[in-house]
Amino acid sequence: MSSRCRDRALVLAVAGVAGALTAACEREARDFLPPRPGAQVAPAASAPASAAAIALAAAMVGRYEHNAYAISAGKRLFAWYNCSGCHANGGGGSGPALMDDVWIYGGDAGTVYLTIANGRPNGMPAFAGRIPEDQLWQLAAYVRSLAGLASADAAPNRDDAFLTRTPESFADPAKPETVKPAVATGRPQ
Amino acid sequence: MRALAAVAFAAAAQAAALAAPGDPGDWPMAAHDYASTRFSPLADITPANAATLRLAFTFSTGVVRGHEAAPLVVGNTMFIVTPYPNVVFALDLSQPGAPLRWRFEPKPEAFAQGVACCDVVNRGLAYEDGKVFLNTLDNQTIAIDAAHGKELWRFRAGDIRTGETRTMAPLVVKGRVLIGNSGGEYGVRGWLIALDAAKGKELWRAYSTGPDRDVLIGADYKPFYAKERGSDLGVRTWPADAWKVGGGTVWGWISYDPELDLVYYGTANPGPWNAEQRPGDNKFTSGLFARDLATGQARWFYQLSPHDEFDYDAVNENVLIDLAVAGKPRKVLVHPDRNGYVYVIDRASGEVVSATPFVQVNTSTGVDLATGELRYAPGKRQRTGTVVRDICPAAPGGKDWQPSAYSPRTQLLYLPHQNLCQDQETTQVGYIAGTPYVGATIQMKPGPGGHRGRVTAWDPAAAKARWTIDEDLPVWSGALATGGDLVFYGTMDGWFKAVDANSGRLVWQFKTGSGIVGQPISYRGPDGRQYVAVLSGVGGWAGAVVAGDLDTRDGSAAGGFASAMRDLKQRTTKGGMLYVFALP
Repeated sequence: MSSRCRDRALVLAVAGVAGALTAACEREARDFLPPRPGAQVAPAASAPASAAAIALAAAMVGRYEHNAYAISAGKRLFAWYNCSGCHANGGGGSGPALMDDVWIYGGDAGTVYLTIANGRPNGMPAFAGRIPEDQLWQLAAYVRSLAGLASADAAPNRDDAFLTRTPESFADPAKPETVKPAVATGRPQ
Repeated sequence: MRALAAVAFAAAAQAAALAAPGDPGDWPMAAHDYASTRFSPLADITPANAATLRLAFTFSTGVVRGHEAAPLVVGNTMFIVTPYPNVVFALDLSQPGAPLRWRFEPKPEAFAQGVACCDVVNRGLAYEDGKVFLNTLDNQTIAIDAAHGKELWRFRAGDIRTGETRTMAPLVVKGRVLIGNSGGEYGVRGWLIALDAAKGKELWRAYSTGPDRDVLIGADYKPFYAKERGSDLGVRTWPADAWKVGGGTVWGWISYDPELDLVYYGTANPGPWNAEQRPGDNKFTSGLFARDLATGQARWFYQLSPHDEFDYDAVNENVLIDLAVAGKPRKVLVHPDRNGYVYVIDRASGEVVSATPFVQVNTSTGVDLATGELRYAPGKRQRTGTVVRDICPAAPGGKDWQPSAYSPRTQLLYLPHQNLCQDQETTQVGYIAGTPYVGATIQMKPGPGGHRGRVTAWDPAAAKARWTIDEDLPVWSGALATGGDLVFYGTMDGWFKAVDANSGRLVWQFKTGSGIVGQPISYRGPDGRQYVAVLSGVGGWAGAVVAGDLDTRDGSAAGGFASAMRDLKQRTTKGGMLYVFALP
């Protein structure tokens, strides 16, 4: 896998297999370049994000949600920054559920990014200016993976510990919720 | 019927100190009286005639989150408060259909919704001397002119940006408005504040953590147990500075004893839930305070769950009764706690008379009455990075906020409660202001027997259950006891029930539009008839999966309640409606 990803231009040049191999490369790619200073979104307290910044964010989130490392990093940050305190593991709590097909402000990559960056008036805090820009993109990519909007082959497919739902790689927002109450074992159904 | 009522009044009179101010047919505070009995002496409605109860009128609140409040009735007016946005309605009971007299909209900040841990609830209003007192989710207390609905003053304390909210019902005693804060899941530092009812000026503030001068611990402080004595325990029983974000909020019930002139209330869980991050007893969280009404100075404290690991807040109601203990009458408070025990405590001294489990408890093995110590069971201790299974009771406890009722006629305490256990993974958590400070992933499940709720008629003298009613869903509504020997409660799928207070036999039920998590009350209307009222509207922590449109495919949603409530969306839907019943 890594050898085929080494020269992306070459792979892209090969007609016929380009689609499959490009997807594989996106899943494995690591981008160590920090975001350019111009891409930083202003903290929520000041002016809203510029159109250019939103466009860049949407592009980066779109790229990250095909990337296993970025989504996995977003998953870790989702716990570290206490996102899970309000949204649980996608089912929601004081904050709305993220694994269903309802998006209060919109579920496209740019809007999810803006929600995390600038916050929302009904209780979502703003994270722009508090955490690095690329972490905002990683979080947005992970949030979309909760609802099955990221690449299934890049989304996490196992949890390190306590299983509370089916893994993100199997996420299907249209799948109905189970109606049976929990059995005495307490295992998810 | 009149004669019957008179007999009931005489019987109720034995609880002299318990009586509410004013007319016994009124319901002037959420708990009915200072002693928090939730007992109405009205006796027109009895087990013999309750089957004929029928709807008198309804009123839609226009809000669809969890309606946990008790309506108030003073004279010919009923006052009700909704969950966020905390609208107050005054209904004219002297007119057919109880038309709206006025409404008051405090317009709380919308952002507050995001930092309310367990639905955007409000547990009720308070009334005294022509004023209605309202707490709003965004940390305001507002006095309203009861006759016209005009604002008299506003008091602000606390910041939603640090996760602080206000959901409890104030208690007003002799011109003092007692209020407490919510946010134990956000690293909020708990307090109780007394306000001057006339002007809204702060009279005193007693923190639950920190140095003695902040906790109002001074020369009057005489706790019964040695473990509660020492200087600055609110600092020294914590790692450095952890008390500043240590919880101990005051979001539950307050009682008052006019003879001892003491205020009683409980403090909430310590923060974060991950107890390894806060070694020590974490005073003064998860315990009971007795304080002087005028000064706020602590008289005694008793910590029910030291170094709590299970979210066992001690904020549940303290019902003040006189009880014969070993043949001797004692002034006690009865406190059914989240940790699964009914405590009977001498309310003058703070001595525990008895502590008896009312649900299956495996997190502890009992209470040492000599030292007051809760004996934790080693098998359920939490460790970061591990999962502990089958913890009973679960985080909401053997019983949560939903208040019990005490009948001086049957001398039984009627406990609405849940029967839940849980699996828990404990994780490291960092404090980020305005976000949850918990560090635990939980999945709840039904307790032994498979039923998730129960109503228990508890005999506090014998320290045992007299009868029980198993309910499939958690019983998240309050209870009401009446002089007609009836007990009323609601279920989370919408049934409002009346049972015989002596036997638990179901005598009447009515299906309301949404699940019931409110507190039923009874009052005498201007027409002289007895009425029973309750707010229907599912929500609260147990009902958050419906009220908040949560996704129960994630068992950890709603703080882990989702895994025990997967069927609730099939059983009920959202809605906020007042229902009032009377005999034909």
